[in-house]
Amino acid sequence: MTDPTDTKTMTDDPRIPSSGETAGSGAPRAPLPARGGATVAVGRVDEAVTQAAPGISVTGLDAFYGAGHAIKDVSIEYVPNKVTAMIGPSGSGKSTVLRCLNRMHEEIPGARAEGRVLLDADDIYGPSVDVVAVRRAIGMVFQKPNPFPTMSIFDNVAAGLKLNGVKGVDLKERVEQSLRGASLWEEVKDRLGQPGIGLSGGQQQRLCIARTIAVEPQVILMDEPCSALDPIATLKIEELIADLKQRFTIIIVTHNMQQAARVADTTAFFLEGELIEHAPTNEVFTKPADNRTEEYVTGKFG
Amino acid sequence: MSAATTALAPLSGRRRAADKVMRAVLAIGTLVALVPLVLVIYYLLKKGLGAWSWGFFTTDPTGNFLGDQGGVKSALLGTIEMVLLASLIAIPIGWGVGLYLVEFGRTGRFAAAVRYFVDVMTGVPSIVFGLFIYVTLVLSGWGGSSFAGWKGSVALALLMLPVVTRSAEVVLLLVPDGLREAALALGTPRWRVTMKVVLPTALPGLVTGSLLAVARAAGETAPLLFTATIVNGTTFNLGDRMNSLPVQIYTDVGSPNDQLVQRAWGAALALVTLILLTTLAARLISRRSRLS
Amino acid sequence: MAATTPDVRTGGRSILERSPSARRADPMFRVLLVGLAGLILALIAFFFVYLITKAQPALSHQGVFSFLFTNDWNPSKAIYGAWPLVVGTLITAAIALVIGVPVAVATALFITELAPRRVRGPLTVLVELLAAVPSVVYGLWGIFVLIPKLKPAEQWFSDTFSFLPFIGGNVAGPNYFIAGLILAIMILPIVSAISREVISTVPPDLKEASLALGATRWEMIRMAVLPYARSGITGAAMLGLGRAIGETIAVTLVIGNSPTIGKQLFDQGYTLAAVIANEFGEAANDKIHAGALFAAGLVLFLLTLVINALARGLVRRAEKKGQTVTVVPGTGAA
Repeated sequence: MTDPTDTKTMTDDPRIPSSGETAGSGAPRAPLPARGGATVAVGRVDEAVTQAAPGISVTGLDAFYGAGHAIKDVSIEYVPNKVTAMIGPSGSGKSTVLRCLNRMHEEIPGARAEGRVLLDADDIYGPSVDVVAVRRAIGMVFQKPNPFPTMSIFDNVAAGLKLNGVKGVDLKERVEQSLRGASLWEEVKDRLGQPGIGLSGGQQQRLCIARTIAVEPQVILMDEPCSALDPIATLKIEELIADLKQRFTIIIVTHNMQQAARVADTTAFFLEGELIEHAPTNEVFTKPADNRTEEYVTGKFG
Repeated sequence: MSAATTALAPLSGRRRAADKVMRAVLAIGTLVALVPLVLVIYYLLKKGLGAWSWGFFTTDPTGNFLGDQGGVKSALLGTIEMVLLASLIAIPIGWGVGLYLVEFGRTGRFAAAVRYFVDVMTGVPSIVFGLFIYVTLVLSGWGGSSFAGWKGSVALALLMLPVVTRSAEVVLLLVPDGLREAALALGTPRWRVTMKVVLPTALPGLVTGSLLAVARAAGETAPLLFTATIVNGTTFNLGDRMNSLPVQIYTDVGSPNDQLVQRAWGAALALVTLILLTTLAARLISRRSRLS
Repeated sequence: MAATTPDVRTGGRSILERSPSARRADPMFRVLLVGLAGLILALIAFFFVYLITKAQPALSHQGVFSFLFTNDWNPSKAIYGAWPLVVGTLITAAIALVIGVPVAVATALFITELAPRRVRGPLTVLVELLAAVPSVVYGLWGIFVLIPKLKPAEQWFSDTFSFLPFIGGNVAGPNYFIAGLILAIMILPIVSAISREVISTVPPDLKEASLALGATRWEMIRMAVLPYARSGITGAAMLGLGRAIGETIAVTLVIGNSPTIGKQLFDQGYTLAAVIANEFGEAANDKIHAGALFAAGLVLFLLTLVINALARGLVRRAEKKGQTVTVVPGTGAA
């Protein structure tokens, strides 16, 4: 078990991008006030507004399926406004860790999780915390695109707001913003009333992303979002992720190491329920600290 | 070529014959199964159509010993009224139990017990339901009178309940879990996920299952025999005795009066038509389902 | 730092909390649904209690053992031996199975294994249509079509094969055989539907393996399909049995309602369900007579319970081998 804060993972202040980062997304400015409320004029995403999202800080996370101990004492820092990839062989627990971050893990009968997961300063496993509210702050995109079949494109994007009875939001504006944010607006703007399931696989997944960002979460979790898509659709989504990290903190589970290398700022390697290593991506792939990491990324197993 | 079998030795005559014979047997068996269907429909049309007339549907049975026997208006209306009430009772409860079993009860002993007993209920003879309602509602004189249309409805509802529940459970299980997860991940409370995502998605299938249960209830005689019994006049008061097509037919069948027998055929044709229309509606709705 | 920080926007609660009223909805919803489910359990419990209570006068008058096994049903003398009814129920059910199950399985096999693809759908619908005919209509048709038309054939059979046990003598109009035949027709759809589902769960590789060995179509069915589907088909047959036992209206119209044990196949008879339907009117004021009818209902209830439980066990086992059997039984009127 590696404690990621003391080896060559991050510099002391996790909010400063590490040395390997070259893309010019810039240092985060001071946190903007009232994030998530209607008072912030986000403007159009292509104006590259960087909005400080909080990071997630995990300490001592354990997760169980009944009696089975699936995640063992994991501690990890997810950097704000960065993309962190979680890689590892099947069964390594990376998806389970992801699902613990928005407390979806406990929806499985008999499953539970313990530990501290701080969103900003709030522990999402705290005693007075409501699971439903956690999920509004931390959104998730799934492996298989799952737009609601009975709803139109517009209704799908607005679903998060309608289902939660959110009032005082201009739905049309929010839907347009979200579809733009998901790089889908141009393709569907003339057919918002058509069923969501009529879109292609890649479009459906971007629709799901639009749906997720419409509720204005702070963090977006992605569980192998491209594994059901063709390479062109995958590429579009990877480009989208690069845009999205300016507004959100993104944590992505992927079994595709090349994808991790393409999109992630930092990468965490999991094996058998434990965090082995967490470092800037190119370090993980070129000079990993741990033997097991090296064996995995060079394809000796997996 | 050696005397032993080569790779392309012809099939033995005996085996080929056996195959042909058995195929024929199975085909004939299937035709045999369809013969009764053809005969029933044939005679229903032959003997029942003759009874149909405007008066047939618009006059009540007269109950006269001789002379004009009247039509089946009260029976038709009674069936519709009682089955409607039964549906209002059975369908919400059935959907509710189905929702429970799928949304909250996939594991656990309570849910397993419920599932088991719903299964058990599907096998209970309908006359036992009638008996049960007779004992609990009629004999005790609940609601004032002894026999009443609404009591017949309750008996029918008991009959429909396990069928609606079972089919609801099957349909709700077909809703992919991914949809539930997507809604939950958006920060939707459980009850809203169920009511606003799962239910609408499963709705066509739920309606189909319910309509099939309705079709079955419409044809039932035994549960009504000692709950709503029979009466000649049309009534819209479910607190009174109420007529119904199956019971009317049952009563007329045993009569020596030819007019009544013919009326029975006409009523039988009407009943079967009603049931077939309901079943057809159910199938059409299931085509519109986006599941499976 | 496990505490949550208050947030002005949400009125002083942390962004990770919700208002108390909003949080109440979920538990209430769950309670509602659990309550409905519990209703079912309560209902079944009530059944038993009430039936037993009402059957009580007759059972103490007659004695439980005597009720079941005395061959004398004579309400006018206040003797309630239900043995003729039990026998009649079993005989008609047996006839229904002997005729109905082979035909049902044949249709199931034909539809899933032999019929051309385009015919399968229509054939299935046609077999299912048999279930759309209500019991009373089968009874009507039985009385006025089946009985008169089959009587000559029955008489011929009775005369020709009188050396066989239970055959010979005068053919009554309504009789055990007609009742069994109609029951066979009524259980056909359900037995066929479940058999079809069970047969379609036979893994294709199993069938392909036998065909690859050079088996004919029939041999493949015999070697691969039937053994695999056997327990499921047995379960289907038992569900048919359960239906046949509980069937009331059609039977009472064509069995003659004679509370004796007929000596031959074409004699009149009586069943547990039929006696309840017939004698209910006259029993209304006689607590013991009514009690006897309730006792008959109780026997019926228990019989069908046991048979259905066994049947479901068999069909579930077939389920576990393959995909889920999703046929919803209980269609078809009584």
